[in-house]
Amino acid sequence: MTKIEAIIQTSRFESVKDALKEAGIEGMTVTEVRGHGRQKGHTEVYRGREYSMDLLPKTKVELVVADRLVETAVEAILKSARTGKIGDGKIFLTKIDEAIRIRNEERGENAL
Amino acid sequence: MRRRRAAGVFLILLALCAGPLWAQAPAAGAAPATSASPQASADASQLHARLAQLEQQVADAHSAGDNAWMLVSAALVLMMTGPGLALFYGGLVRKKNVLATMMQSFALMAVVTVVWAVVGYSLCFHTGNPFIGGTGYSFLYGVGAAPNPDYAATIPQQTFMVYQLMFAIITPALITGSIAERARFSALMLFMVLWSLLVYSPMAHMVWGAGGLLNNSGGRFPTLDFAGGTVVHITSGVSALVAALYFGKRVGYPKQPMPPHSVVLSFIGACLLWVGWFGFNAGSALAASGLATSAFVATHFAAASAAIGWAGAEWIRNGKPSVLGAISGAVAGLVAITPASGFVSPRAGLAIGLIAGVGCYLMVATVKAKFGYDDSLDAFGVHGAGGTIGAILTGVFAKSDVNPVFHDAAGKVLPVGMLEGNAGQVVNQLVGVAIAWVLAIVGSLVILKIADLLLGVRVTQEEEVEGLDVTQHGEEGYNLEV
Repeated sequence: MTKIEAIIQTSRFESVKDALKEAGIEGMTVTEVRGHGRQKGHTEVYRGREYSMDLLPKTKVELVVADRLVETAVEAILKSARTGKIGDGKIFLTKIDEAIRIRNEERGENAL
Repeated sequence: MRRRRAAGVFLILLALCAGPLWAQAPAAGAAPATSASPQASADASQLHARLAQLEQQVADAHSAGDNAWMLVSAALVLMMTGPGLALFYGGLVRKKNVLATMMQSFALMAVVTVVWAVVGYSLCFHTGNPFIGGTGYSFLYGVGAAPNPDYAATIPQQTFMVYQLMFAIITPALITGSIAERARFSALMLFMVLWSLLVYSPMAHMVWGAGGLLNNSGGRFPTLDFAGGTVVHITSGVSALVAALYFGKRVGYPKQPMPPHSVVLSFIGACLLWVGWFGFNAGSALAASGLATSAFVATHFAAASAAIGWAGAEWIRNGKPSVLGAISGAVAGLVAITPASGFVSPRAGLAIGLIAGVGCYLMVATVKAKFGYDDSLDAFGVHGAGGTIGAILTGVFAKSDVNPVFHDAAGKVLPVGMLEGNAGQVVNQLVGVAIAWVLAIVGSLVILKIADLLLGVRVTQEEEVEGLDVTQHGEEGYNLEV
């Protein structure tokens, strides 16, 4: 099993969600986050004082999938999240040791 | 003046209507008696009684109209503090201080009211010496339904008292902007009680009180201040600067970014201030008169042109007109028109607003940065600077056909402002401005020292970093789940 963590442009979230659904991936957890990578933020001016806003709002999508589905899922996210501009975000993959369904204690891929 | 003439015309019309009755009465009584009959004199006295009754009814109707407007105005001015100013300031601070900032305004709605009832009103408006009122109205003794002709002859003195109270509430509330996010609540309240008695009361008495030094009818230096440019905005704005310097900068200022946590709240607050200001300025006519209309219009025009002035200056300098700039500009224009509103034409209102909008923007955006003081929400930049600009321009633009305040011994109307040929008025305005500045600086310094020694005006650094909401009030503004 693999955890896919994708930090994406908030404006692309709906299309990422649709693309994952089409690819047959079920379930995800979504958080609103703030951050930046190499991209610099923008400036805001309040009463003549400039503030550089380097932590920008992003959306983080987390999903855990069976290993055979990882490439499909990553492909779906890459295609749907890309605008081609700086700030499109990143995808991180991590190995998952175990998954347990709380309701009936099923384990492993069956729990996904 | 105009009102008295209208009342005269009304009485003549009444007499004309009553004329036929009188004409019929002697004709009916003439046949039996040749000399002046007792019947005729009885009719005449009956007529006198009726006329007196009518006069009373006219006066009552007049009073009812004025009183209705003044009660609404009083409520509008209270709305400027809560929620108007509370929202305006509350939105500009960081979110850990939103409640404390709102509480600073709200608490004054309660505290100043009590001070006002005990002795505040008396010190402002009882006849005393040229500098401060007497104590004759303490605990509102003798302040009831009967009008006080020194101030407003057509409304109950109680209406006048409660209207003036709303000014006494918002004035210290304005100061809280310069020391936002770092004042200890207890010390701030002590400061405000003393400030209300030792700075506001003498200034209000000097400018508006009967026999006051700066009173525009009979004072030594007749200063024109229709609704509080010196009394409200200079005293509060200059005290705010003194307080900002005394308190020192916030932890992390200016390195750490401290943008407003919600310009949305500030926007709602500013719009409420704009509406409330009609009560503030047009209400200062103390009657539902043509003068109230004139002040209303000048006020609105100044707010509009100042919003354009500030946002326009930003647009040129930064490339974008900001929402915060537009609403700050409107408030700056409202501040500047305050002393002038009952003396100038709407066109002068446009000019005053534009000058104040651009002027206050430059104060806030460049002068503050140059000197490096932390007037956190620009109480001095807007109220101190705007109030001073407005008070001086009042002496320039005041016109006798808007408000004939000055007369010679024969009752002839004299020119009022510099553009009408009375250049000396600008000097009188400067005297009023100087007295307001000196009183605010000296008074605030003394009171700050007292409050600091007794309670400590500033919270500890740890409390400041954690936020005033939790450390001063044990609450948080936003307990949002997830």
